[in-house]
Amino acid sequence: MGLTGLPGTLIAGVWRQPSGRAALVTLGLIVAVALAGPPFLPDPAAQPDVLGQASLPPGSGHLFGTDPLSRDVLSRVVGGARVSLAVAGLAVLVSVTIGAGVGLVAGYLGGTVDAVLMRLVDAALAIPRLFILLLLLAVWDRIPLGALILILGTTGWFGTSRLVRGEVLRLKQEAFVTGAEALGAGRARVMFRHLFPNTLGPLLVAATLGVGDVILLEAGLSFLGLGIQPPRPSWGGMIFDAKAELLTAPWTSIFPGLAIAATVLAVNLLGDALSGALDPRQS
Amino acid sequence: MIRWLLLRCLQAAVTLLLVAILLFCLMRLAPGDPLSRVSGEQQLTPGALAHLREQYGLDQPIARQLAVWLAGVVRGDLGTSIEYGRPVTSLIADRLPATLLLGGTALLINFTLGLWLGAVQAVRRGAPVDRWLTAASLAGYATPSFWLGLVLAGLVAVRWRLLPAAGMQNPLLPSDAGPWVRGLDIADHLVLPAATLVIVSIASTMRYQRRAMLEVLPLPYIVAARAKGLAEPVVVRRHAWRNALFPVLTLAGLWLPILATGSVFVESVFAWPGLGSLAAGAVGTRDYPLLMGTALLVSSLIVLGGLLTDVAYGVLDPRIRWA
Amino acid sequence: MSRVLEVENLRVTFPAGDGRRVAAVDGVSFSLDRGETLALVGESGCGKSLTSLSLLRLVPAPGRIEPDSRIRLADTDVLALEGDALRAIRGRRIGMIFQDPMTSLDPVFRVGDQIAEGILAHFPVSRREARERAVALLRETGIPDPAARADAFPHQLSGGMRQRVMIAIALAAEPEILVADEPTTALDVTVQAQILEVLDRLRAERGMAVLLITHDLGIVAGRADRVAVMYAGQIVEEAPTAALFARPSHPYTRGLFGSIPRLTGPVERLRPIPGTVPSPAAWPSGCRFRPRCPYAFEPCGREPPRNDVGPGQWMRCWLEGEQR
Repeated sequence: MGLTGLPGTLIAGVWRQPSGRAALVTLGLIVAVALAGPPFLPDPAAQPDVLGQASLPPGSGHLFGTDPLSRDVLSRVVGGARVSLAVAGLAVLVSVTIGAGVGLVAGYLGGTVDAVLMRLVDAALAIPRLFILLLLLAVWDRIPLGALILILGTTGWFGTSRLVRGEVLRLKQEAFVTGAEALGAGRARVMFRHLFPNTLGPLLVAATLGVGDVILLEAGLSFLGLGIQPPRPSWGGMIFDAKAELLTAPWTSIFPGLAIAATVLAVNLLGDALSGALDPRQS
Repeated sequence: MIRWLLLRCLQAAVTLLLVAILLFCLMRLAPGDPLSRVSGEQQLTPGALAHLREQYGLDQPIARQLAVWLAGVVRGDLGTSIEYGRPVTSLIADRLPATLLLGGTALLINFTLGLWLGAVQAVRRGAPVDRWLTAASLAGYATPSFWLGLVLAGLVAVRWRLLPAAGMQNPLLPSDAGPWVRGLDIADHLVLPAATLVIVSIASTMRYQRRAMLEVLPLPYIVAARAKGLAEPVVVRRHAWRNALFPVLTLAGLWLPILATGSVFVESVFAWPGLGSLAAGAVGTRDYPLLMGTALLVSSLIVLGGLLTDVAYGVLDPRIRWA
Repeated sequence: MSRVLEVENLRVTFPAGDGRRVAAVDGVSFSLDRGETLALVGESGCGKSLTSLSLLRLVPAPGRIEPDSRIRLADTDVLALEGDALRAIRGRRIGMIFQDPMTSLDPVFRVGDQIAEGILAHFPVSRREARERAVALLRETGIPDPAARADAFPHQLSGGMRQRVMIAIALAAEPEILVADEPTTALDVTVQAQILEVLDRLRAERGMAVLLITHDLGIVAGRADRVAVMYAGQIVEEAPTAALFARPSHPYTRGLFGSIPRLTGPVERLRPIPGTVPSPAAWPSGCRFRPRCPYAFEPCGREPPRNDVGPGQWMRCWLEGEQR
């Protein structure tokens, strides 16, 4: 499978599966609304009429209702979408880059390098990612968005590195690797020019599923006050704020929660469909 | 076999050591030092701050601090909680049983309900029940655990008053209530948090079981079993299930991190007095010794869990045991 | 002379991917009498394993046996059986020895238990009794120290011993017909002869009919009473063994014989059959062997008729008996 045409083939493969279709459509919708929505919606941070518009149920003018601070819930949900998707996307980019790099090096070079790296990865995998994040993030009062993305990214590459390493170990035996080496290709060249492109498939699947994980983590962190800082809208933060009105104004917590679930579900289905498109096995 | 066991134990020990070092580095990696926040809050004088530093050993070189930390860990001394002022170890010991109860229950349900549903999916692969179960479990996985907990608590506990909304025990129980009553009370409180944990984690179990069974079902020895005249349910239960169990067992090692993560949120939402809520609270107060101690304990449990799973695999799979 | 098995026009089809179904087994008919051994010979892909699986209704989905097929076990219509009635013939009236004993034995159960399982499925005996019978069966197959061996796991046994276990399992419920699917293919040559001896002896002792499936003409001589040669889903020649070896009639059969290396006689070039076996999705029209047949001529474009060439010997070919 050549590299050109890979995206097209993949999308076609995903589209062929009903769950993949649904995922693509849903995600497309979410991304479209997140990107193009804000101009059409009330400003999420505005508190135009503090008392008069507080805690309104969904109705005309406010599709998702308003929260106790008179902020339109729909625009906050959309705003949250922008932030969450951006954060997750960038963080996963960082994770995947580091993970692929480490995996390639460990898998191809083998020996002590591999042993040491994988021992470290094992140790890191033993600590639940949330705890690592708690330890790293607790030091700030207000976490800068850039730091959040970086920290999320640098804590999420361990599993990916094992995955890539596994692929590299498998590919090392293949003839094209020995061929390249015989032709005098240096180690870096073999790794990046020959091995890496062949790991893109599983890497893409892992990245997609990773986005879902980060969205959930970031929402949880925001819920605990460690993620996206107010007044920037975040789904987790909205749910935290809505705790007190859980029963009196359920729409303030229902919609952000549903947004998270729908996005993560769509992303996971997409990851599944990608995996199915890459590996034509009955499953 | 014994040699392999010893090797595995050694590996686990090395991993634990690395975990401890890693945790130490994490703490020191964060900008500023652990006391800066405390000093900020309490308006300490430079002299008092220096004294505190000395007390917590923060004025020593990094390598020394690491050695002290590691020596303490080996001794079982995880430092003193900044917030509670008590040894971290005793705080953890207080809260560990509650987490084990909650996590253990969730794990148990995962292993019974999850494995059964996954098997059903495999046997009825492609049928509506298979698709619905996949959809339902994936929806559960995508749901944020804290939100689900809040919704369940709000609906079931507050609106419908079927179950308690928070805590592990009813504080109003008479002091002479017998163990049976107490047990039921705890069980009552256990339902919602356990249900929340299970809903968000059962998808993984089901998927792995489904895949494992699907790999086993077409194998020749399954066909051979049918050729003997065995009824289909027997073939599935006795032959397919047993063989599919092995790859699934190794997954037990993966559940622990999921459950640990879920516990932090679920315990917080339900005010369940376990390690998860302890850790969540420690975040707010920047109580580093407590955070590190909790993280270390949870990681140790995970490493131990992985080791036990490997051992179980080795013991149960006759190909390894009687190699 | 009682007929124990009658197969008529057996067709097993699979979906071809574009809505069609192709027949991997296409109109196979044969019969078995009590005590006789019929060898079903052919290359891989000719449909012989599927044929044997059909007898027990074990054709894997999405394959299916077409409704105009007939399989009769003495007076029982196998294709009409369901549920318990179907299970009652599996193992009990037809016993099957599968091809690869390593993958056909459950790796996590002791072999004695796997034999006993077959006994318990059909006879209301105690577990201890079943276990004793299992050990006895192992002894019959010639395994030394059967009581100890019964407690072994499959991976602890050698290939030959595993095959004997498979034979014991097949015989556990005392069937009247034994189907042996390539019983020696996975074994060393030296062990092959032993296994075939065991099969022979047990067959004679129990008066079973045997359907021996193989691609190896060598093990057919001296062991089978009759031979049916399969190609591309059909039987192309059937004859008593001696007759087949003396006068192979169908061009495919002759090609098979021509491609067997011989240890005795003048050293000749091996003459392999040119071309490859077609896949079920692309059976040639008319005579399926036509593309590879050195004698192909004009009528071969049409389905060849059944052509009797000797007592009990017929072939599916347009060529007359001795005409070459």
